[in-house]
Parts: sequence; C-alpha cells; structure tokens
Amino acid sequence: MDAQAQEIRSDTLRRWGLALPAVTIITLFSILPLVVVVIYSFLAPGDFGGVRWQLSVEGWFSVLFERDIFDDTVTLSDAHLTILGRSVALSLATTVITLILGVPTAWFIATRPARQRAFWLFLITIPFWTNLLVRTIAVQEMIRSEGVFNNLFLSVGLIDAPIQMMFTNFAVLVGMAYVFLPLMVLPVYAAIEKFDFRLAEASYDLYASRLYCLRKVILPLVRPGIIAGSILVFVPSLGAYVTPRIMGGGKSMMLGNLIEMQFGQGRNWPLGAALSLTLTALVLVALVWYTRLTAGKRRG
Amino acid sequence: MQRLTLTTALVTLALPAWAEGTLNIYNFGLYTPPDLIAKFEKAYDVSVTLTEYDSNETAIAKIEAGGHGFDIVVPSAAVVPIYIEKGLLLKSDPNTMENFKHLAPDWVDVSWDPGRSYTVPYVWGTTGVMVNTDIYKGDINTSDIFLNPPEELKGKINVVPAMNDVIDMAIWSVGGESCTTDREVLKAARDKLVAAKPFWASIDYASFEKFINEDLQASVFWSGAAMRIRAENPGFAYGYPKEGFSLWQDNVAILADAQNMDNAKLFLNFIMDPENAALISTYTGYGNSIQGSEAFMSADLLAAPEMTIPEAAKAVGHFQQTCPPEIQDLYSRIWTDLTK
Amino acid sequence: MADRAFDTRRLPGAATLAIACFAILYLPMVILVANSFNEGRVIGQWEGLSLHWYGKALQNEAFVAAAKTSLILATLAAMIATITATMAALATTRTRGFKGEGAIHITLNQPIMVPEIVLAIALLIIIAQIKQATGYSGLGYLVIAHSAFCIPFAYMPIRARLEGMDLTLETAAADLYASRFYAFRKVTLPLLAPAILAGFMLAFVISLDDVVISDFLKSPGQDTLPTYLLGELKRNLTSEIYAISSLLLLISVLIVGGSWLLTRKKT
Repeated sequence: MDAQAQEIRSDTLRRWGLALPAVTIITLFSILPLVVVVIYSFLAPGDFGGVRWQLSVEGWFSVLFERDIFDDTVTLSDAHLTILGRSVALSLATTVITLILGVPTAWFIATRPARQRAFWLFLITIPFWTNLLVRTIAVQEMIRSEGVFNNLFLSVGLIDAPIQMMFTNFAVLVGMAYVFLPLMVLPVYAAIEKFDFRLAEASYDLYASRLYCLRKVILPLVRPGIIAGSILVFVPSLGAYVTPRIMGGGKSMMLGNLIEMQFGQGRNWPLGAALSLTLTALVLVALVWYTRLTAGKRRG
Repeated sequence: MQRLTLTTALVTLALPAWAEGTLNIYNFGLYTPPDLIAKFEKAYDVSVTLTEYDSNETAIAKIEAGGHGFDIVVPSAAVVPIYIEKGLLLKSDPNTMENFKHLAPDWVDVSWDPGRSYTVPYVWGTTGVMVNTDIYKGDINTSDIFLNPPEELKGKINVVPAMNDVIDMAIWSVGGESCTTDREVLKAARDKLVAAKPFWASIDYASFEKFINEDLQASVFWSGAAMRIRAENPGFAYGYPKEGFSLWQDNVAILADAQNMDNAKLFLNFIMDPENAALISTYTGYGNSIQGSEAFMSADLLAAPEMTIPEAAKAVGHFQQTCPPEIQDLYSRIWTDLTK
Repeated sequence: MADRAFDTRRLPGAATLAIACFAILYLPMVILVANSFNEGRVIGQWEGLSLHWYGKALQNEAFVAAAKTSLILATLAAMIATITATMAALATTRTRGFKGEGAIHITLNQPIMVPEIVLAIALLIIIAQIKQATGYSGLGYLVIAHSAFCIPFAYMPIRARLEGMDLTLETAAADLYASRFYAFRKVTLPLLAPAILAGFMLAFVISLDDVVISDFLKSPGQDTLPTYLLGELKRNLTSEIYAISSLLLLISVLIVGGSWLLTRKKT
C-alpha cells in the first residue's frame, strides 16, 4: 500500500520534472509579464511615459469614461468606445466573410479524390505559412489608389476616378479577411473530411430534401469545425495590430493600435495596460464561449 | 557531436558583436545619410548600427523604459529640456570639442541647452504643407490645405502624426497660441481638426513613394521631406501656412547610459565638421548650423524654397515650445479624439 | 432524371466559391511577385522586367543581417521550444492523471490565449528592466521570448502523437529489462520523431512569422526579416520591398513543399 503511494508520488515528481523547463519558460516570459501589466494598470502615468508608483484607478476609469477636456464632466469615452466597437464589429465581419468563402472551399477540398486533396490542401497551406506582413503588403497593392482594382475598373470604364479604398474600415476588413482566411478553411476541412457521406446518402434514401439533409445531418457534424474556425479567425482579428496599422493608415484604429499608442505617443502606460487587459478579457470570453459550445456538443 | 558544433556555432553567432568600435545611433526615420555613416565608420574604424523612430514621444518612451542599448539620440529642441531634467543625457560638453568653432553663433546660446553642454545641432527645418500643384492650382501657403481642404484634394490628404505641430497649426488657425491654457481656443482647434478629418486619407508617416506615385496629393509635412519628394515628382511644392507654422531644430546628444561614450563623442565632433554637416543637409533637405558648410552644398540646395523661409512668412514662424505636462496631456487627449 | 438526382458530395455553388477563394488567395501574391521583377524603383510604375531588386536586396547589408538574425532566432527558439515541449508532452500523456496536471496544461496553452500585442507590451516592460539591471542586451531575450510563445505550437502535434501511440512496444521493451531511458531512446523516440519534426517546423514558422513581439523587444541591430520589412514599409515603399517579400514567400513555399513531400512519402 505504502509502496504504491510512494510510486505515485515519484511518478508525479518525475512528470513535474519533465514539464518544468516548459512551464518555467512560459511562467517567466508570458505569465509574469502579464502580472506586471496588471500592476501597471493600477498605477499613475508618468509625465512622459512610464509610471509613477502611486495607486490609481484612473487607467481603468479611462477605458470607458473620460473627463471632458474643457469642463471636467464625466462622460462615456466616445473615442475608446468607437475603437472598441470597431474592433468587435470588424472582427465579426471578418469571421462572417471567411465563413462564406472558407466553408465551401473546405467542402470542395474534402470532397476531392484523396490524391487531389493533398494538392488543394497544399495550396491553402502556403498562404497559411506565409508571413502575415507579406500578405498584408500583397493585399494592399490590390486596393490602393493606383492599385490593381482601381486600374482595372478605370480601364473598363466602370469608374472615372480612382476610388479611395485604402485607409478605411473597408480596407482593414479586406486585409483581415484576406490574411485570416486560411485559418478558417483548415479546421472546417478537418471536420468535413471526417464526415461519413454514407450518412447523407442514407438520409437521401429516406427522401430527405437536400436542404433538410444539409441542415439536419451534415451541419451538426461539421459544426465543431465551423466553431473552431470562427474562433481561430475572431481571436486574432480582435487583437490585430499589423494589418490595421498598414491598411488603416492611422485613421481606422483597432484596439491593438490604441494600446500601442498609449505606450508611445499617448504616454499613458496605465491606460495602455488597462486596455491590454480589456482586450485579453474579450479574447478569454470568446474562448470560454467556445469551450462551452463544444463541451455542450459532446454532452448532447 | 556534429549537432553540438552546430549549436555552439549558432550560439556564438547569436552573441552581439561587442567589438571595440561600435556605435548605436537612434534617429528619426530617413534622417541619417548612409554616406555619412560610411565615412564615420571608415575614419574611426567603428561599426555603426542605426535604429530609427517615428516621433519624439516614441523615442523618449523607449529610452525611459531603460535597457535600450543606444548611445546617441536626436531629440527635437522642444523635448531636450525633458531629457535633461530626467537625467537621460550625458553632459558631454560639446562646447569643448575641436569642431565646435564651426557652430554658427546664433545656435550656441539656445534656450533648451544654453552654451551647448549636452547637444550639438543636427538640422533645423519647418513643418508646413506640401501639395501637388498639378492637381491644386490655388494658394498653398495656408493651413486650409488640410483644415478646410479644397475639393481637388479631398480624400487625398495625409496628415503626418507630428502631434504638437498639427495641433499647433489648428490653434494658430483659430487665432490662439502654442501651449495655450485657454480652453475655448483648444476646443475650437479640436473641433476644427475633427471636422476636417473626414477629408483626410490617412494620418500616417506615409512613405515618400506614396506621393511620388500620387497615391496621395497633399500632406502636412516637414520641409526637407517635401524637398526630397519634389526631386522625384516636380509637381509637389511646399507651402508656409500664413496662419502659422512651426520651426524646429533637432539635436544630437549622448545618452547617460551610453556604452560607447568615446565613439559617441567622436561622432558629435564629426558632424560639426562643415563637410559632414553638408552631407547631412544634402541628404535630408534641411539646413544645418555649421558655418562653412555652404561650400560643400549645391547651389540648387542652397536656393531651395524648402530651405529658405520667405520674408513674408518669417513673422508667422514659431519655434517649437515645450508645453507644461498638464497642457501636453490636453494635446494628447485632443489627439486621441482625432485619431479614434 | 435518375433516382437520386444529386451526388451527396456536391454542394451547389461550393466549387465556384472555392475557386473564387483560391483566386482571392493567390492573385495578390502573384501580383506581388510580378511587381518584384519591376525595373523601376517606385512601385506601381512599371519600367520593364528585371532582377535588379533581388540583386539589390542581396547586397543590402541590413537585409542580409536581418535574414541572419531571423534564421538564428527561429532555429534557436524552435529548438528550445521543441525540446521542452517534447518533455512536457511526455509528462502529460499516458497517465491516469496526477497532481497539478491541469495547472501544467493551462500554463502550456496560456501564450495562445493572450493577444500578441498584449504579450509584446508586457514583455517590453519587464525585459527593459532586466536589460537595465544586467547590462546584457543580446539576442537571448528574443530567443527566450520566442521560445515561450512557440512552446504551445510545438507541444500540440507531439502530444497528439503520444496520445495516439501504442504502448505495447514500450512495455515490451520494459519487460525485457531495458532501462526506462533505453526504452525511450530506442522505441518511443523513433516513433515520436515525425511529430517532433512537425512541432519543430511549426515552432520555426511561428517564430519567423512574428512581427509585433520582435519589434517591441529588439535591441539595436537586432532587426529580424519581418521587423526590417515593417520599417522599410514606412521608409522606402520601393520595388525592393516586393523582392524581399517574394523571398519570404519563397521560404514558405519551400517549407510547406518540403514537409508535403516528407509526409507524402509515408502515405
């Protein structure tokens, strides 16, 4: 009896020993820094960046509220709410666009003969592995004033002056949808690939309509892939920094850019820290919702 | 064994080359002539690493965070007092250096560094407006170019995010003064900026090529940048807004925690040499403060409209000021309001 | 009309949308590569076909230095991440549960849950302090920071493989009085090798892809390819950027192609 307890203890110790290097690295270089951010969010800003070691909730207060510059009345912060709203709205829109394009693509790949499938997957994997910045540069070329689309539309006479597409919400949306599209295709593909098409055939044999079959047979089985893909797109969209910076031109900021600004020009580190934690919290909410959804699925 | 050798090799490569002669310069983007660096490296057998920043705010934040590793920084006059007060600069006494004699007397006893104990002038310039005159034929010497844009330029304007300069131009356009405490004036300036924003394409450190290929047709911009764009697209011209424009000087200083102080001092002395100062002006398109450098500059450069403030405009050129922190805070909030 | 009028695998419009999707994904990249062969300096102003900007990029000291930094950084970070992740995967699989398993699991996945920009700023604050305290400002900070956020990516495939692995062989080896380590080295490790390689490559690419964290943490002279490209994007929007981007694209194609060939051989 004692020997068994001894063995369990030594097994636990051995396992902790094996995991220790990875756990230490992450604790020191990912968790601990976040703790420092939490501390900073409760300090007062230094005059020119940095913090003063003095307890203050002003940073958190400023996430949602502002004192009017001119008469000190407290109102909801229009600037921050606009950016927050834009971040959520553009991330949702990005998710929807990638769903519309990604799901049929995943379906298409999954229903190819096995040998061809590898080739189509290969085509999805290349952009997936290509640097995000490179892909943002590529999509920028398409929509800038003298870019591909404007030149094309001009030459066929669809428009008579270039449309300003860069540096708008639209540009940010196009950029994000483009760079995050492969993130949608891959998990949806994985789910469809596992789907046993004999189930669908069986339902047809039972005179189910195509729509009914899609809704009642196929969708429930593919759903986990769609949810996973949506999360994989939504989460990085919400925290996006590089793509909005290039496509938004400083005019169409997202949360990531607002945070960066507080640590640079804005010189309000506690506010930047509080905004960082707000963003992290939003991401966590999405992730918790995701686990609930998938866990519920398994139970049902 | 072989794998071990590979690892060792990689680790060795990963270590920074702390050779004897290195110098880490932290300067604004597109502001340091490559030929100047090459000449300095050759003359003193020093390897120079250049890192660039966008704004004084970014630079001071990075330096104050510590552990930056830079030896030299180039703050604008308005922020030099902040650097000095925070103890970030080394009192390197450039006024005792060999080439100090070349410094124009007007630039010695300056308010931000009287007698030059900390800094050496880099270049001076102005912040005005730059317009493609092929597109817009009207008067370009006005801040209306971006605050009340003409039809031809709407949606084609960039505003460079030089926070203080942009807000100051709006304040002057409503009849106020830089760093004003008059909240009504600040409010009017903010409202004017916010109302004009829909007509701007971007608020960005736009690359020169975006103007050269006419993706953008106008910008709040620095004089030297405008000159460099004009060199490649002659349609562009630089205007001095009659409502007011800012004058500034950037200064080279050694950081208090510099690791290569001797090389940094050599560099300060080096750029006060007329021939080297001329290299800087030729590359950046801004004026230097070194007597005798004209001899090494082209006639075109010396006569360039971007470097010669017209008599008529001189009265409305204001030298950049250091606003008190509480006013600076208001500036920041106006800025967030504008860029949201 | 035949009995079952439709093939269950056919989704109306799916093929059209899929082709559109591939066109959308590839058109910008093709145009990017095409522009990289532009003789002219300013993008969008075509002046003829040339390899000029590739030559220019390869002669550009800053670019070459950045490429070298990127390569060293990604290799070291992926190595550290893969080794520690393999150990952690061995610790957390094939167990009936042990004290603290949940804590280890959450910790190992934590970096994925934090937005990149938040991690970048958090690391900036803390690493600036360490740099100041120690005076060391080498590449080590970037290596260890990259290792931290690469660990989850290396951990995933290795763990998945271990979970699906047959224990019989290892048990058999143990029955033959092989030492635990010997059994691991001779039996488990070879079986695990493809997953370790996959984990390494995933970590390598994730490290190579990072812009934000590197940009915030780098010391002077530590530009990586992506941070160099980000800087150039602001400074010189020239055809050279397109050449550099195309080279980065080529790296991805080589990595994906290589792994594709590797896995194809097996199936």
